[in-house]
Amino acid sequence: MTDFLVDRIDSILFSSWQHFSLVVQCLLLAAVGAVVLATLVYRSPTLSALVNGISAIGLTIPAFALIGLLIAPLGFGVGPAVIVVAFFAALPILRNAVVGLTGIDPSLVEAARGIGMGRIRTLVRIELPLAWPVILTGIRVSAQMVMGIAAITAYALGPGLGGLIFSGLSRLGGANSFESVATGVVCVILLALVLDLLLVGLGRLTTPRGIRV
Amino acid sequence: MSETTLPSPSTAAAPAITGASILLDTVTKRYPGQGKPAVNGLTLEIPAGKIVMFVGPSGCGKTTTLKMINRLIEPTEGRIVLDGDDVTRIDGDALRRRIGYVIQAGGLFPHMSVAANIALVPKMLGWSKERIAARVDELLELVSLDPERYRDRFPRELSGGQQQRVGVARALAADPPVLLMDEPFGAVDPITRQRLQDELLNIQSELQKTIVCVTHDFDEAVKLGDWIAIFNEGAQLVQYDTPERILAEPANEFVENFIGSGAGLKQLTLTRVDEVEVADAVVARPGDLATEVLSRMDAVGHNHSVIVDARNRPLQWLSRRQLSRLERVGAARDPRLPVVGNRATLNDALDTMLVSSVGAALVTGPRDTFRGVIDVDTVMDAIGRAHRHARTAHAQGRPVGVNTGTLEAVQASGAPGVPAAGLAGPERTRE
Repeated sequence: MTDFLVDRIDSILFSSWQHFSLVVQCLLLAAVGAVVLATLVYRSPTLSALVNGISAIGLTIPAFALIGLLIAPLGFGVGPAVIVVAFFAALPILRNAVVGLTGIDPSLVEAARGIGMGRIRTLVRIELPLAWPVILTGIRVSAQMVMGIAAITAYALGPGLGGLIFSGLSRLGGANSFESVATGVVCVILLALVLDLLLVGLGRLTTPRGIRV
Repeated sequence: MSETTLPSPSTAAAPAITGASILLDTVTKRYPGQGKPAVNGLTLEIPAGKIVMFVGPSGCGKTTTLKMINRLIEPTEGRIVLDGDDVTRIDGDALRRRIGYVIQAGGLFPHMSVAANIALVPKMLGWSKERIAARVDELLELVSLDPERYRDRFPRELSGGQQQRVGVARALAADPPVLLMDEPFGAVDPITRQRLQDELLNIQSELQKTIVCVTHDFDEAVKLGDWIAIFNEGAQLVQYDTPERILAEPANEFVENFIGSGAGLKQLTLTRVDEVEVADAVVARPGDLATEVLSRMDAVGHNHSVIVDARNRPLQWLSRRQLSRLERVGAARDPRLPVVGNRATLNDALDTMLVSSVGAALVTGPRDTFRGVIDVDTVMDAIGRAHRHARTAHAQGRPVGVNTGTLEAVQASGAPGVPAAGLAGPERTRE
């Protein structure tokens, strides 16, 4: 095990970094997309319900199947990996963003409108800051979930720690196969913990003092 | 801001009116899918610098009417005229920045400090940082909150009453001529509510804004309002008049029921002790001979004598029997002396005299000096007079308030726009 690690430390670190980078970038993409979509639909109860339904159904799609399907139109490599990871990352964020925005006390929105704040200003200055803790919780859930999903994208030869896991699994019983899988899994878990800590820190920095719990 | 030039004798000596008049001109609000309009052809004048209270049962459309003034709810038909300008078509957000808005419990934004909450409107209007900071402190002082202590607090660190005060400060931030309040004191306890009401009256006597306030509490309307508009379903204006006249002369059974029992008692809160005539008394000082005081009482036929100290403050109130037991008048102060200030309401005075053994109370003026005696008869006379006066006083200068539905003919033949000349406020007995 030690030999395996020492021999391949460079490639493991590189894969870990790639994995981490894939997840963070997809998370960023997903968060922006989900929040924008949520701001478009949250005023309409019908659209909100529709979006919640889609995100619930979307989460039941097996990631493995989705990536397999995407290989046909997009080929192998980074493309399908990014799409799958971002898609799954967006679902919990979307749900939380809609819940967060619709959960704001209507009297506050009315107060904002009543003192002459326009729709956009009300959204940016009042509603999004108030919904932010809920949205951030969604981002944390997403981050944990897509750490694992990102490993599966190695099936489409995507970047990251999935390569270690898949190559180990494909020659199970062979030399270093177990070490390869174990290293991949442990690194994914460690990365998930690191990212979660970072997101908690982000929450501390970005949550206004008046609504911090 | 927009100052009206309506000379009104009652406000000549008082601070200038900074409020603006408001006119709702045959305003209707229909919601899609509802047969009956929420507000039906309402024409309502709100005079500059006055407090107008909207009262009525819940769901009667009073809040809808209020929100149409700043177009939070857009009227389906009709015009809204603010200080002579038709504001029905202008940008709603720009309009709302010119109109203060206070909602129940203040509606403060929890993620912003007190100062940031108050600074919102000035910021949108592009004021400089220094000017905003100075204004925030000025407003906090106005609503009796120490700027040093409260400026950087967050709403959840304040009590309900304090939040409401910050809400008022935020509404006044850009010095708007009009203040709209939607059940502002509904969420605080009765004692705090009374203090906030008193403070609002103080602020109003200083600023002279036009204040429109929705409440379901008729007593609050009587206490705060220069004018009270009583609404029924569909924002049908049932009566629009001064509190005195509504109490003395309710338009119909609906208003009577709304006033509830004790209309006469409520009138007592409208008159102050210095507005009624107080009776003289035999005044003596410590050290006077009791027999001499008794003979003076015989001369005017009084049964009691008031003992005052060197600075004319009442010390004791002695009956003949008490005096006849004395040789000279003592200098002790009776702690249970029934005393009312001359700015107290007749309600307070009556309360004081009912618990005193004499059935009357001593009236004191500035620096607690003795002014005279008030008894139950005086109060009864005052009620009777106020009642008769309210009945006979024709509503001169009464602002217009009608629904088209009720006065179809008048609307058809008369002028569509109500002349603004009737906007001057009438005299109020308690002003």
